[in-house]
Amino acid sequence: MYRYDEFDARIVSERVAQFRGQVNRRLSGELLEDEFKPLRLQNGVYLQLHAYMLRVAIPYGQLNGRQLRRLAVIARDYDRGYGHFTTRQNIQFNWVALKDIPDVLESLAEVEMHAIQTSGNCIRNTTSDHFAGAAKDEIMDPRPWCEIIRQWSTFHPEFAFLPRKFKIAVTGADHDRAAIRVHDIGLHMRQRGDVVGFEVHVGGGQGRTPHLAALVSEFVPETELLDYLEAIMRVYNRFGRRDNKYKARIKILVSELGADEFRRLVREEYAAQREHEKIALPQEEIARIHAYFAPPELIPASGPNEAFEALKVEDKEFARWARINLHPHKVDGHVSVTISLKPIGGAAGDATDAQMMTVAHLAETYAHDDIRVSHAQNLVLPHVALKDLPDIYRELKAAGIATANESLITDMIVCPGLDYCNLANARSIPVGQAVQQVFADPDYQEDIGRLHINISGCINACGHHHVGHIGILGVDRKGEEFYQITLGGRADEKAAIGDIAGPGLKADDVPGALKRVVDTYRDLRTDKSELFIETLARLGHEPFKEALYAAD
Amino acid sequence: MPLIKHGAEIDDIWAYVPDEADLSPGGCITVSLARFRSERDILLARNTDIGVRLAPEDDPHELEDFLDRLQLIEISFPKYTDGRGYSQAQLLRRRFNYAGELRAVGHVLRDQIFYMNRSGFDAYETARADLHQVLEALNEYTEVYQPGAAGQVPVFRKRHKG
Repeated sequence: MYRYDEFDARIVSERVAQFRGQVNRRLSGELLEDEFKPLRLQNGVYLQLHAYMLRVAIPYGQLNGRQLRRLAVIARDYDRGYGHFTTRQNIQFNWVALKDIPDVLESLAEVEMHAIQTSGNCIRNTTSDHFAGAAKDEIMDPRPWCEIIRQWSTFHPEFAFLPRKFKIAVTGADHDRAAIRVHDIGLHMRQRGDVVGFEVHVGGGQGRTPHLAALVSEFVPETELLDYLEAIMRVYNRFGRRDNKYKARIKILVSELGADEFRRLVREEYAAQREHEKIALPQEEIARIHAYFAPPELIPASGPNEAFEALKVEDKEFARWARINLHPHKVDGHVSVTISLKPIGGAAGDATDAQMMTVAHLAETYAHDDIRVSHAQNLVLPHVALKDLPDIYRELKAAGIATANESLITDMIVCPGLDYCNLANARSIPVGQAVQQVFADPDYQEDIGRLHINISGCINACGHHHVGHIGILGVDRKGEEFYQITLGGRADEKAAIGDIAGPGLKADDVPGALKRVVDTYRDLRTDKSELFIETLARLGHEPFKEALYAAD
Repeated sequence: MPLIKHGAEIDDIWAYVPDEADLSPGGCITVSLARFRSERDILLARNTDIGVRLAPEDDPHELEDFLDRLQLIEISFPKYTDGRGYSQAQLLRRRFNYAGELRAVGHVLRDQIFYMNRSGFDAYETARADLHQVLEALNEYTEVYQPGAAGQVPVFRKRHKG
């Protein structure tokens, strides 16, 4: 993984000093709250319902054991003993006092972490495939380019006060696990002959007006990527709407101009760049950053592993976990392990300080000191030998994080909702928990197979409900919470925005209604290999809508 | 209002003339882009220094052919969260090689000044930051990741020199 050199370290420590000054000026009253707000937001500090929240960046979701230990210590010392992993592969602490935040940032800087641009109307943490560098189906590792984008976008002087927040995602596999089509910019790595480049999608997003991104360029060679991104950003900064917060994202600019006109503006701006304006990242810098992401030295092992196979026979729960939570690896005899943070009845994405310590220990002991956060709010050990799975499983189980449900119906994306968030109209966590209960039986959920339920507590769609196979959106109607159900969304390479099925349901009715939809799928599927989303596509939404609203 | 340029507080010899006011016969004046467009010949024929004040929605390309005739361009920030002025500055300084004074006016706060400087501004009219604070803000970061107008060498070059 990337390690700071003296320059990165200096920038991050100067950031801590700067923010300490800003906090002091706010506490002394010199800075008005209105003026402080964009400053604290650009450092991930939100004022939430109960307290300040601090969002810490985990660039493209990668961290090492030392860093995760430090997050655990922060959770213990400054929060209430847990942290919440987010859909941007970051972590948030919900109960940090403002006066303590500079000290927390200083502590993070010691382990090469920060909270820069985790919020605010600027370029946010670049996200990526949580199996990057490990997945069998990967063509190119997107992380070096995520890091290059991280550095380029950090304190970019021109793009710190954009019309609205800005999110970039990069993938290097055919199967898109980074949801690039619903990002402000989605980059898909491609190769033409010897040249590596990027397919560039712009203007995707969720929120109150969901859009799939438009294809703006089929191929931008890697050496031109940053200059091309500058052209997109400048067009957006100059022409994006600023009169209405809800129409300020780049998706609205692209849809109001039309993809062709937007593409023309970007091309015109790009063509106008003069030689001295070009970033022209030196080849040796591209090579320097790539070197940090060299694959770990894994010894290929062919054939089944005895210890692994033996425990599967002996322990049915282990066998189930191994069927569900492991992902194919490039190197024979290895897998990527998903550590589910979605226990039945838990809060999605939450981990206690002790659980973080366990994962850090496992990463250091068995997994090449590499940990990922997935946008589905789970943790991943990307490089694990089959022979180590029994030991890893035992420790995970003891820590209460061996739930076997990766990508199953109980592995839901859930925003914090009205329990924590200022913006929310409705609760998300309790609704998610109630839905989980209905599908809690392990055999039942395994029979249902891959099915993504995503829940948002308001139209801002932090819970990605638009792209859930089943989406749940909490709305407030005259003081009462209702939940609108969408069907048919997906976030992968076949990205689609879900259709609203009909009128909203009361919270108590949601679990039963979803059970009827899911059982309808089980009745109608050709066989178990046909996923829910595929049956939906084959038959249309009608039978499922009927089931949703059928009285018991 | 205090004016800080090139690391010192200086007297402001310029006056902005609103669109509805008459042009004064002497003195250094700035006008809006709309007025510059409609009264350009009169303005450029004056025997005084002349400048233009850009609003966020103005297109700096309109000034491209006149930049060597202008001594001051003011970029206004009605709200400091409106970042269009940074792109205007970058275009003027880096694309069109404008060499005169580029001044930030309006809601100019201490914590914007580092970004402004790197986007090409060299003067700041601000009621909200004194000279000491402006100098402090300009020096908050010793390293930068991007090339910019202020001439700082980005770290991706420093890493590989020599």
